[in-house]
Amino acid sequence: MQIAKRSARSRQIRVKTIAIYLTVIVITAVMLMPFAWMLSASLKLSRDVFVFPIEWIPSEPRWQNYIDIWSKIPLALFIYNTSKLTVMVTSLQLLTSSFAAYAFAKLDFPYKNTLFLGYIATIAMPWQVYMVPQFLLMREFGLNNTHLALICLQAFTAFGVFLMRQFYMSIPTELCEAARIDGMNEYQIWAKIMLPLSKPALSTLTIFTFVTTWNDFLGPMIYLTKTELKTIQIGLRMFISQYSAEYGLIMAASVVALIPVLIVFLSLQRFFVEGVASSGLKG
Amino acid sequence: MSISNSTIAASGAPATARRSAKAMSRRRRKLQNALIAYSFIAPNFLGFAVFTLGPIVFAFALAFMHWDGSNAITFAGLDNFWRLFEDKAFIAAFWNTIIYTAVSVPATLACALGLAVLLNQKIFGRDFFRTAMFFPYVASLVAVAVVWNMIFNPEMGPVNMILYTLGLDPKDMPGWAADRHWAMVTVILFGVWKSMGYYMVIYLAGLQGINSELYEAADLDGANSWQKFLYVTVPQLAPTTFFVTVMLTIQSFKVFDQIYMITQGGPGTSTLVLVYHIYNEAFISWDLGYSSMIALVLFFLVLAVTVVQFRRQKED
Repeated sequence: MQIAKRSARSRQIRVKTIAIYLTVIVITAVMLMPFAWMLSASLKLSRDVFVFPIEWIPSEPRWQNYIDIWSKIPLALFIYNTSKLTVMVTSLQLLTSSFAAYAFAKLDFPYKNTLFLGYIATIAMPWQVYMVPQFLLMREFGLNNTHLALICLQAFTAFGVFLMRQFYMSIPTELCEAARIDGMNEYQIWAKIMLPLSKPALSTLTIFTFVTTWNDFLGPMIYLTKTELKTIQIGLRMFISQYSAEYGLIMAASVVALIPVLIVFLSLQRFFVEGVASSGLKG
Repeated sequence: MSISNSTIAASGAPATARRSAKAMSRRRRKLQNALIAYSFIAPNFLGFAVFTLGPIVFAFALAFMHWDGSNAITFAGLDNFWRLFEDKAFIAAFWNTIIYTAVSVPATLACALGLAVLLNQKIFGRDFFRTAMFFPYVASLVAVAVVWNMIFNPEMGPVNMILYTLGLDPKDMPGWAADRHWAMVTVILFGVWKSMGYYMVIYLAGLQGINSELYEAADLDGANSWQKFLYVTVPQLAPTTFFVTVMLTIQSFKVFDQIYMITQGGPGTSTLVLVYHIYNEAFISWDLGYSSMIALVLFFLVLAVTVVQFRRQKED
């Protein structure tokens, strides 16, 4: 009797487990379907892309698409431009943010709180509110249609300073004091103690900045009108409007545009997830 | 303080002179420390001041000007403000932004919470599933928007093909992005799909913060899973939910990229939103003053949400 009851109970648990797995798998499949379709379409002839029922794995994969895109659009140049912008913005941001954050977290100086409040206040300010005046200013400097404009507008963010400061606050101040007694100056403390300790925060900021800069769309669209300066996102967009029926090629180019983000995301995702999670805990 | 010290020192007794020398070196030290601190902030602050603070101030001024970007700037007073009320496109953009927010925020919230609860359980391959849900968020919008357009293509796309095989009459099928009544739905579905993984992670962190004793107590009271969710999980997550709501609301006020890529604001003005209108007025019509006035509307919307959050945080 008791055994029967227990087995009924375990059967119930098993049914529940199966239901959970089924739900998770179905949702994941739906979430990933656009990517699967993209990958599959990138290996097809344009006329086969919309054949229904969907042939997920093409019987004759057309790898040629991945060769053709490089000559149809200056894809290599677009990737180079985007990489250049992303690397410069990310490294400048890491450098200037961690530098400023050190002062906000561990040093005392007049107007510290006022300045920091100014930084915080602009985090909530949408870029779209001041993108037009910013464009006019850059034009005044003669920077429109240059990569420098995009670097300037993304390299000095309040968000980076805020993120790094929050992390530095958690490092014991005694550590800095001990270093001062040992005769280190502030710059050495920043370089030899704070930076090595803040790898998790630096990784979080790297991935946030990398993903945002790599995927940025409106910024490059406003500033870069010359083809040779375009980034992968607006280059892709240009390609879509020029060759709107070349579905196979468009999908192949889209896959190529996703690969760098995929690599960075997968290799640093632990930090990214931690960063996102801790940003939510502040609420 | 230090100034009064030095005036006393000037009056001259030897004991105070020694003390004043000390005070002076302390003052010098303080100044030196301040200079070091400023040198840390300067590289970021200079860029920040020129490229962010400056334009923010300029944005407010520009809203009360007439300017086409090349001829002289003239003072407009409240012209740009009154124009908002007569501009049908602005009114459409304003309401579309509100509608977009009112639908996509609760939808994303519900999906993110559901996913988080589901993926907080100890199941095999949990990390893989979490990563899969998160990936749309980091994927480049242009690339995924173009697939989305193809999947929801009214004539040939797989979604309508599936509806067709399910027996739906082609006449009754949604035209998705090309259809005045469905365009907003398409854009919202895309937005929810793209961003829910991000908020799921925030919820997962929130779930980790719930004391497990609460669930044990609920177990003793004989609560089932649904009751535990309703009476323990949801109330315990209230601060997270509030934070996520504010973030999502601000995000959806700023929606642009996905609209540009999927519907271009159309058909008609059915998916025109505030940022899209700002973009059009500034970079297509070169009506810079007016576009800044629309930006000001966006600013006040975001400010209102932020103030509510600030008040609420103070209460807690």
